[in-house]
Amino acid sequence: MQYSQKHLLGIKGLSKEDILAVLNAADTFKVYTQRDIKKVPTLRGRTIINMFFEPSTRTRTSFEIAGKRMSADVINIAGSSSSVVKGETLVDTVKNLEAMNCDILIIRHGEAGAAELAARHLSNPVINAGDGYHEHPTQALLDLMTIREHKQELEGQKVTIVGDIAHSRVARSNIYAMKTLGMDVSVVGPPTMIPADMEKMGVKVFHNLEKGIKDADVIMMLRIQMERQNKTFFPTLREYSNLFGLNLQKLKKAKKDVLILHPGPVNRGIEISTDVIDGPHSVILNQVTNGVAIRMALMYLLLGLSDETVN
Amino acid sequence: MKLLIKNGRVIDPASGINEERDVLIEKGKIAAVEKKGSISESSLDGAKIIDANGCVVAPGFIDMHVHFREPGFEYKETIESGAESAAAGGFTTVAVMPNTNPVNDVRSITEMIVSIAKAKAIVNILPIGAITKGLKGETLTEMADLKEAGAVAFSDDGMPVSSNEIMRRALEYSHMLDLPLIQHSEMKDLTAGGCMNESIVSTELGLGGMPREAEDIMVYRDISLLPRTKGRLHVAHISSGNSVELVRQAKAKGLPVTCEVAPHHFILTDECVRGYDTNTKMSPPLREQWDIDMIKEGLRDDTIDIIATDHAPHDTVDKEVEYAKACFGIVGLETALPLTMKLVDEGVLTLEKAVEKLTITPAKLFDLDKGTLKPGSVADVVIFDPEKAYKINAAEFKSKSKNTPFDGWDVKGQIVHTLVQGKIVYSNT
Repeated sequence: MQYSQKHLLGIKGLSKEDILAVLNAADTFKVYTQRDIKKVPTLRGRTIINMFFEPSTRTRTSFEIAGKRMSADVINIAGSSSSVVKGETLVDTVKNLEAMNCDILIIRHGEAGAAELAARHLSNPVINAGDGYHEHPTQALLDLMTIREHKQELEGQKVTIVGDIAHSRVARSNIYAMKTLGMDVSVVGPPTMIPADMEKMGVKVFHNLEKGIKDADVIMMLRIQMERQNKTFFPTLREYSNLFGLNLQKLKKAKKDVLILHPGPVNRGIEISTDVIDGPHSVILNQVTNGVAIRMALMYLLLGLSDETVN
Repeated sequence: MKLLIKNGRVIDPASGINEERDVLIEKGKIAAVEKKGSISESSLDGAKIIDANGCVVAPGFIDMHVHFREPGFEYKETIESGAESAAAGGFTTVAVMPNTNPVNDVRSITEMIVSIAKAKAIVNILPIGAITKGLKGETLTEMADLKEAGAVAFSDDGMPVSSNEIMRRALEYSHMLDLPLIQHSEMKDLTAGGCMNESIVSTELGLGGMPREAEDIMVYRDISLLPRTKGRLHVAHISSGNSVELVRQAKAKGLPVTCEVAPHHFILTDECVRGYDTNTKMSPPLREQWDIDMIKEGLRDDTIDIIATDHAPHDTVDKEVEYAKACFGIVGLETALPLTMKLVDEGVLTLEKAVEKLTITPAKLFDLDKGTLKPGSVADVVIFDPEKAYKINAAEFKSKSKNTPFDGWDVKGQIVHTLVQGKIVYSNT
């Protein structure tokens, strides 16, 4: 199976084969990351630019580690230190970076469509590391990898995504990926946090957590943005937590072997209780580990390298 | 100086003419509109002759909604370049919105626009004054003064009057002057952070939504104020199907409300936003097929009175950016005819009706002594080939800005000549 796309701008538009190509390659790369010597020479002499216009610890570090484990030169650029603060446009910034011959551009940006805009002006591969509320495709891929590791099969799994769906790129990318792979997806949240015509994405919508997670194989909890309280989305964190926070009691509605995922960072005790985070169902740290493997696999596939070069 | 336009099909809805006629122009006015061949060329000694065989000869188009960006944003458009764009689109009269910098909210700015237009514009430029100072929605402008200086209507376009009290007083005050208010209907608190229609498409693209209710609520509020205030309301660029119905109901009650639609709102849906082309970003936003169906119904039954372009030029620096950061709006003058011809092809409007909505109807709504070819009228004339097929090429636009989602579209309906006061100001030869 081969990855057929030039970039990874979003999950939408990827075929089942594209997604599985990344997951399968990532399984291979994960083996390398567990060795004592974690570095392979695959991308020696390649330059990868990690351009983050939004704060990020997990994703930025994960891309950086992935590149370095493949022996690429990885350059990190933060939005606050880039020319953008001097008034340069995004298009000019990426054209300048390309002029320095980077092989892959990774971009995290606060506005939806930013990765597509960058890709329109670049000849090299672009990886979307999150654009506004649009997509966060590598997160969805690492989530799928994690689910597959624990459940073996992806098709038919019942997944429930809980939280602020409207402002979540993680939810969108996961919904596209999961629907493409034949999974059963539900979303749960207050109506203020469910975007328009959500059902047309092929998901079931619930406003009650217990009903939404009934018989779920997988529950994905989303981070609640504290600053949204007292606006128009929800009155208080207390009420949000009462209605949509996941704890051991509510978890009983799900299947006995349910997996708990969270893209992080976690607000302990708000969207998810400490005993669930640290409990036996949680695979939150496995997600982080798999993130590195997914990103290694992508860099490898996007540069179109053959199997021999891995070793 | 005489000019004869012969062999064309004259469409002049104001006088009920839709047949082959010859048009004689003398001293900048229409001298005669006679049966084909009945004006003897030999009697014209040396008159210029335009053979309009296969073409429509109509009153010059009138666009009551354009942005010419001068003063303040001359890098996007000037009165001079905007007028050239208008002429290339068959428009002989355009009304310019006041959201310039400084805003057209005092007599001196109105006078300046009039004087620049007189010196540099090849078509008629009519200023629209602001309703409130600085478009801030707080204090009424000196409307009487603005009218005296040439304002034909008042609008806070782009920054709609949100205060109920100010809108009430503006309608009352403008009634005294017998000029209409043009409202860009949008409840800004419902569209905050939005950059496209709120739908499955905004959901999938992760872009902030601008629900059609933001338009509907303001249209309803403004209509509600009409009986008490006796003001005249013109709803700008209607885009919501519900708003069309609100205007229809108000008209049925005899209220003084009229409305316009821009071509992109009867052709494109929000599906075009996929791919984040910022030339699909406009306010009001592209909506859904249901809205287009309602708009077409509104055009058929004359709920929608006129077609206006909302010509909104923006430079690439304002458009080649992240979607949410891009400016709202597209240029429209040079694509208006071929896009309107699509309505004719679909049978939504007859060609005569389409011409009416681009000529005599806007003239009537805004009390302009224009929009007809009746003898004695000023000779503002457009000659176009309704069947001529071609590809839209934005690079060739006369406008300084090329921001259009229609670049490369195969269309038909091409302007051949545009005449203002009997003088040819544009020819496509």
